[in-house]
Amino acid sequence: MGTSELLWNGLAAILTLAIFSFLYRDNPFYKFAERLVAGVSAGYWTMLLYHTSFTDKVIVPIFQQNEWWYIIPSILGLMMWTRFSRKWSWLSRISLAFYIGISAGVALPISMYASIYKQLEASMVPIAFDMAGINSVLVTIGLICSLAYFFFSKEHSGLFGKVSRVGIYTLMIGFGAGFGLTVMGRISLFIDRVLFLKDYILALFGA
Amino acid sequence: MYFFERITKFDRRIIFLVIGLSVILPLLFRVDMPVDVTQEVKNVYDRIDELPEGSIIVLPCEYAPDTMAELEPMLFAVLRHCFRKNIRVIGCGFFVTGVTLVEQELRQIAKEEGKVYGKDYIFLGYRPYPAVVIMSMGQDFRQSFPEDYYGTPLDSLPMMKNVKNYKDTKLVLTINATSGVDYWIIYGHERYGFPLAIGVTAVMAADYYSYLNSGQIVGIIGGLKGAAEYEKLIGQGDLATMGMNIQSFVHLVIVLFIVIGNVGYLMTRKKRKGLE
Repeated sequence: MGTSELLWNGLAAILTLAIFSFLYRDNPFYKFAERLVAGVSAGYWTMLLYHTSFTDKVIVPIFQQNEWWYIIPSILGLMMWTRFSRKWSWLSRISLAFYIGISAGVALPISMYASIYKQLEASMVPIAFDMAGINSVLVTIGLICSLAYFFFSKEHSGLFGKVSRVGIYTLMIGFGAGFGLTVMGRISLFIDRVLFLKDYILALFGA
Repeated sequence: MYFFERITKFDRRIIFLVIGLSVILPLLFRVDMPVDVTQEVKNVYDRIDELPEGSIIVLPCEYAPDTMAELEPMLFAVLRHCFRKNIRVIGCGFFVTGVTLVEQELRQIAKEEGKVYGKDYIFLGYRPYPAVVIMSMGQDFRQSFPEDYYGTPLDSLPMMKNVKNYKDTKLVLTINATSGVDYWIIYGHERYGFPLAIGVTAVMAADYYSYLNSGQIVGIIGGLKGAAEYEKLIGQGDLATMGMNIQSFVHLVIVLFIVIGNVGYLMTRKKRKGLE
């Protein structure tokens, strides 16, 4: 590790410890590190968006490549900024309508197909007498019972109450799996930082 | 009863300290825990392994420093596998704060494996609005990326000769910590029909198993565990394998805390009910 890398990594190590200091209690070191991350991120993505959106999609096509039709989306973009004026804010609705109209037109049919139709189709498979078949039956029972739990037009009592209770258990199993994976994810981040600190300390002492 | 009341009112800082120690101790006394390979990870591995030499895969990586701990080992393992099989890679990144990170990682592994930029791999860089970019790449990669990340026109890169869109590639594998996965499924796979595999954080993995069961994706690499499985498949244990050794130990400690907490809760419940 060169001197420059050692210094930069030293700064990263100090900031890591500053963030971890929150585990003891809130303190100025934590606040500084937190705000530094937010500020650097905002500055970074503002500049990146400027170069990849504004320069590439407005300045270069209009002023260098003479593709004048890029003026139309640019004007629509500028109209979004009229939201800051009470008098002219109605103009921003035109841009928004254009944007939402296109997005809805593109997204709705294909989202319905990918996220609803294909998922329903996958739930309705022939039952086989093997582990996959048992799995399909369990999934189907879990699906129906979970949907029953969210059906509030009928009182959850009697047989319907029992079905919705199975739905709660199914949901709890799902949440449990999600929680377990979340813990695993967070611990992974912590392990990464500890490994970073270990490597840095070893590099610092020339090991 | 006093003991059980005490354990339900543990100072959370003691728990943090114990978790911290349970990460540091396995580092000092290395213990190798077994890693079992799951079918969903093997599916991704097999799909890449079966590709003929010279095939091209698209590797969009959408993550930032806050999720790199899980996804960086995954990218390393997948890239090593691809490069060793002489499979060419088109990298890109649609997550604004992770673009330079992904570019560095791609370059690092390519250097390790002796691969040449433009011939064995390219990096397209970043463009905003992933859904639009994914769809335009289905027409022609050049629509959104007339030039690569370094400003070189795509047509001048040898690897991109006769490569127009997804039809000229064999697989899209997105390593992703964002809702961009949904975009790849909906606007990419469903619209253009290419085989899609995903590598996601552990938090996200549970949400995408339904897409695996429906056949909309060919496989999932989930979190650090998935990355460790992939490392096992390529026969090179690295960051994820080391991380999972520690992770397994920490999980034991967390389970212990959950048991202690529940025992304390159950033993003091009667008393609390009496007070109510």
